[in-house]
Amino acid sequence: MKAFAKKQKTGLTLKKSGWNQRQRLLFWLIAAVLFLMAVCIGGMFLDEAAKTTDFSRKNIAPCLAYPFGTDWLGRNMFARTIRGLSISIVIGISAAAVSAVLAFILGVVSATMGKAADTMVTWFIDLVMGIPHMLLLILVCVACGRGLKGVILGVALTHWTSLARLIRGEVLQLKEQQYIKMARKLGKSNLYIAMKHMAPHLFPQFVVGLILLFPHAILHESGITFLGFGLSNEQPAIGIILSEAMKYMITGKWWLALFPGLMLVLTVVCFYAIGENLRKLVDPASAHK
Amino acid sequence: MKTAKFITKQMIKMFLLLLAVSIVAFALMTASPVDPLQANVGQTALGSMSPEQIQKLEEYWGVGQPPVQRYMAWLKDFIRGDMGVSLLYRQDVTKVIAVKLANSLFLMIIAWVMSGLLGFILGALAGMNRGKLIDKVVRGYCLLISSTPAFWIAMLFLIIFGVWLKILPIGLSVPIGVEASGVTFLDRVYHAILPAFTLSITGISNIAMHTREKMIDICESDYMLFAKARGESTWEIFKNHGFRNVLAPAMTLQFASISEIFGGSVLVEQVFSYPGLGQAAVSAGLGSDMPLLMAITMISALLVFGGNLIANLLYGVIDPRIRRGGAVR
Repeated sequence: MKAFAKKQKTGLTLKKSGWNQRQRLLFWLIAAVLFLMAVCIGGMFLDEAAKTTDFSRKNIAPCLAYPFGTDWLGRNMFARTIRGLSISIVIGISAAAVSAVLAFILGVVSATMGKAADTMVTWFIDLVMGIPHMLLLILVCVACGRGLKGVILGVALTHWTSLARLIRGEVLQLKEQQYIKMARKLGKSNLYIAMKHMAPHLFPQFVVGLILLFPHAILHESGITFLGFGLSNEQPAIGIILSEAMKYMITGKWWLALFPGLMLVLTVVCFYAIGENLRKLVDPASAHK
Repeated sequence: MKTAKFITKQMIKMFLLLLAVSIVAFALMTASPVDPLQANVGQTALGSMSPEQIQKLEEYWGVGQPPVQRYMAWLKDFIRGDMGVSLLYRQDVTKVIAVKLANSLFLMIIAWVMSGLLGFILGALAGMNRGKLIDKVVRGYCLLISSTPAFWIAMLFLIIFGVWLKILPIGLSVPIGVEASGVTFLDRVYHAILPAFTLSITGISNIAMHTREKMIDICESDYMLFAKARGESTWEIFKNHGFRNVLAPAMTLQFASISEIFGGSVLVEQVFSYPGLGQAAVSAGLGSDMPLLMAITMISALLVFGGNLIANLLYGVIDPRIRRGGAVR
C-alpha cells in the first residue's frame, strides 16, 4: 500500500513537470554543456578584461558592477575567473583526451595481445598507481621544465590507469561472450568482429569514461598549478588565481579565493553531470527507468 | 605455507616495482631542462663568479656526469641507507625526511582513520536507507566533495577558523617563537586540527560511495530478504549480514587510498604551511633538489605498496572464502 502511494506520488510529480526521467537527464546534460561552452567562449572574449589593471578600483568587495570583486591590482575578478576557467578546461580536456587514447590502446593491447603483453600492461598500471598522483605530476612537471607541456603531459600520464583497467576487463569479458565465439566459429575475421560486435559495446563505455576523466584532470591541473609547477603568472589558470589569492587571504580578502573556487567546483560538477547522465542515457539497462 | 609463498611473491613484486619507480623518477629528473645552478644560485650571482667557483658548484649539484653512472651511485648509496645530502636544506636527506615524515604521518594517520571510519559509516547508512533523505544527503555531499579541490577547502577553513574566528592557528606545526623542547603534544595536536580535518572530510567521498554501492548490492541479496522475513531488526541485519560483507571491499579501498591521502596532503600542507613531506616535495621539485625528491618518491611509493600488501593480506583474514586461496586479485 505504501509503495503504491509512493508510486502514485512520483507519478503525479512527473505529470506536473511533464517530463520523464530521460527528458530530465537530457535537460541537465544540455544545461551542463551550455554552461561549459559559455565559460569557454566567454573566456576568449574576456582575455583583455582579465589583464587590465586599474589602480582606482583595487580591492573592491563584490558589488553589482564587479560581481566577484577586484584584486590588489584592480583587475576584474569575474573576468579573470572566467578566463582562468576556460584555460583550465582546455588543458583538462586535452590532457584527458590524450590520457583516454593511451588508456584505450593499452587496455585493448593488454586484453588481446596475449599473456606477455597483459603482464606488461598490468605491471605498468601498478607502477603508475604506486607513485602518488600528485608526486608523479610534480616529477613530470620537473622533467618538462614546468609550463603548459608539463601539465598536460603529467595529467595525461597519471590518469590513464583506471580507464585502461576498465577497458581491459570489458574486452576480456566480451571475448568470452557466446555471440563473439559464435561469430568466430562462423569464420568472421578479427577486424569484422572488432568493428561489428565489440566496438558498439565498448564505444559508449569509452566515451563515458573519457568524460568522467575530465573532472579529475581539471582538479589535478588546478592543484599542480596551485603548487607553482604549472603555467606562468601571465596565463591566469584557475590554480594560479587561487594561489595568488592565498597571499592576500590573511588580510581578509575572502572574495579572491571564494568565487574562483566556487566556479571551479561548479565546472567540475557540470562535467560529472554530463558523464553520469550520458551513462544513464546510453546504458540500455537504466535508460528506460 | 601458502600464505608464506603468497607473501614472498608479493614482496618480490613490490621490490621490483620500487626499483622501477626509482628508475622512472630518476629518468624524469634527469630529463629536466631546468639548470639547477640557474634555479638556485641565480643568473646574476653566476655572472659574478670565477670559473673555479662555478665548477665547484657544478660538482655539488652533479652537473655533467652521465646519468646511468649517477643512478648506479645513487642506488648503491640508497641500499646502504645513505640517501645523500639535501641540496636545499644542506643536511642529510635521512634527517630531513625523518622530521618531515613524522609530521606528515601524524597528519595522515589521523586523516586516514577518520575518513575511513566516517566514510564507512556514512556509506553503510546510505546503502541501508537507499532513496531516503540520508542517502540523498550523503550522495550529494560526496558529489560535492569529490568535485572540490582539497586546497580550496583548506583555504576556506583557513579564512573561517584562522582569520575570522581566530580560534585555530593559521599555519605551521608548532607555535612561532617557542623552543623546540617547549612544544607540548597538545600544541602539535592544536596545530594539526585544521589540516587533519580538511584531509579527513575530503577523503570520505570515495570510500562512502563505494561502501554504499556494495551495501545496496548486499541489501538486494536473497539472504538479506530472508533475514528480513525472519524478523531481524535493521541493526541485527547490519551486524549479522551486512557488516562483514561490506568490510572487506571497504578495507581494500581504504588501504589503496593511501596514494590519494598523500596527494591531498601535498596540497593541504602547502596551504597551511605545515612542514611535512608534501611541502618538502614541493620545495624540492621547485628547487630541483634531486636527492630529496628521490627519497620522498621512494618513501611514498613504499607507503602505497605497503598499503596494498596489507590490504591483500587482510582480505584473507576478513573473508574466509579466500583464506585458503591465498591471492585475491
